[in-house]
Amino acid sequence: MLSPAEQAALDAELPHYPARRALCIEALKIVQHHRGWISDEALRDVALALGMTPHEVDSVATFYNLLYRRPVGRHVLHLCDSVSCWVMGCDGICDHFRNRLGISFGETTPDGRFTLLPIPCLGDCDHAPSLMAGNRIHGNLTPEKLDRLLDELD
Amino acid sequence: MPVQETRLIFKHIDAAGYTNDLDCYLRHGGYEILRKAVQQKPEELCEEVMKSGVRGRGGAGFPCGMKWKFLDRKSGKPIYLICNADESEPGTFKDRQIIHKDPHQLIEGILISCYAIQAKTAFIYIRGEFPEGARILERAIEEARSKNLCGDNILGSGYSVEIFVHRGAGAYICGEETGLIESLEGKRPYPRIKPPFFPAVLGLYQCPTAVNNVETLCHVKHVIDMGGEEYAKIGTPGNSGTRILCVSGHVQKPGYYEFACGDLTLGQLIHDVCGGLRPGRSLKAVIPGGSSAKILRAGERYTGKLKDGSSFDWGLEDIPMDFDSLMAVGSMAGSGGVIVMDDSTDMVEALANINAFYAHESCGQCTPCREGSLWMKKITTRMSHGQARQEDVDLLGNVADQIAGRTICAFGEACSWPTQSFVLKFRDEFLNKARAQAGAASTNGNGAVPLI
Repeated sequence: MLSPAEQAALDAELPHYPARRALCIEALKIVQHHRGWISDEALRDVALALGMTPHEVDSVATFYNLLYRRPVGRHVLHLCDSVSCWVMGCDGICDHFRNRLGISFGETTPDGRFTLLPIPCLGDCDHAPSLMAGNRIHGNLTPEKLDRLLDELD
Repeated sequence: MPVQETRLIFKHIDAAGYTNDLDCYLRHGGYEILRKAVQQKPEELCEEVMKSGVRGRGGAGFPCGMKWKFLDRKSGKPIYLICNADESEPGTFKDRQIIHKDPHQLIEGILISCYAIQAKTAFIYIRGEFPEGARILERAIEEARSKNLCGDNILGSGYSVEIFVHRGAGAYICGEETGLIESLEGKRPYPRIKPPFFPAVLGLYQCPTAVNNVETLCHVKHVIDMGGEEYAKIGTPGNSGTRILCVSGHVQKPGYYEFACGDLTLGQLIHDVCGGLRPGRSLKAVIPGGSSAKILRAGERYTGKLKDGSSFDWGLEDIPMDFDSLMAVGSMAGSGGVIVMDDSTDMVEALANINAFYAHESCGQCTPCREGSLWMKKITTRMSHGQARQEDVDLLGNVADQIAGRTICAFGEACSWPTQSFVLKFRDEFLNKARAQAGAASTNGNGAVPLI
């Protein structure tokens, strides 16, 4: 079952569409926001709420870069690894993550604080290399700038 | 002579004191063109867009007026407009600027376009990586609604329209219009096969649908403002209007710049506009229209005939930055993302990066693309790990040649063009690497080269 808060968030979007399943991504985002990630149970809850089968919901949930089907850390850092950021040295930022936090792409720090994931182009190529943390984009990354950012995130 | 920007879409962006709220937009003449538009007949507006010749700014460069003309108006089904804000072509960052800094320009463009095609509902499909952009757009729509610019009976015209923001969750294929439609319907975004599923006939919920890029819809506003014929005077014949170029990579001043189509050459863009390369470096290659566009190598000569029959003989830096010229040299203007690489760039590594992107983002529906993009990635990855075999260079080209034209959507072309062009134009660099690695492998005692 969706929690009352989850259901309310979903209901707010419902009138925009002729079919409930159009809310699939939004519903998955809502449960991810409240529960941290999309477990099998969360998947079934969304399926029930939208009148879809769990398999149909999973075919959506497994497709997108920003939907997490596995537990993630408190802060998910999406580092752009597309060509403009690569040209401007995102590999060096990756190395810095490994040196400082001991994690590579797809890994979470043992304390559950950070998860590092690659993300295709963030559209911030004039400030490459760039990463997204929560709703914010941080460009012109250097190891020093990354250190400051990591210190700010609890 | 220094080249001057022609700012139409970005006229106010970055001006001191210009903010993204409705009051500021109204102070700068905002929504006056909508006011004018709803007093005209919808078909007149479509005619102006047709006359303007404005081409889609999302990548394919298809004329917007033509796209609207194909809409099935006799079906009796509702017509939808979708604003494609799934800007995810690597190297492109123009739509994000519009959404963040001048959202009302986009909303006005959408409202005018909706009225022109008589759509009652518009969706802005915005990529999941732009959460802030989605919030800004939702606020802008609410502001517009509060002034009766959107919603029921807008400006007393008797015409009603609703705009909704729909957030994606991060998938490159959702920029493909039929993949986007599937995603908007809540399904896995597998592109649809055309025919029969042309969006203009069988689009969203099997209704006629126009899918237009963010920048294109902003251009519509200016077309209606100036009139189609006047708008068509900007740029060159067949390449009307202005073009936003997003420059990234090894230049001193990366950023977004707006020029009349064909007003400047690639060389002027790099040297005069973007401050040239980093000190002591020379130009090696340019990808002129987002990562799918075929790469152009410094030192190449391009000769041939343009559409109008005139012949050309250009070096890399002489190429005018418009749709037809870039097509004539074998690449494309695409989404306007210009990626500059200097002589420090390892082309094998660069292609390995691009191939990894396409292998990850292939939706997996068509076998040639799913398998082909993966094999191209595997080959370039093993080349970048020092485990190439000598025949790998030809194998790469061979795999790429078997994808394009054999898939449901244009992703097949998009993923094979980089490999085809890199291997063709930097063949020696690829061969040398493969030879050196294959030679080392036979003598380094590790035995056979593992095939990863």
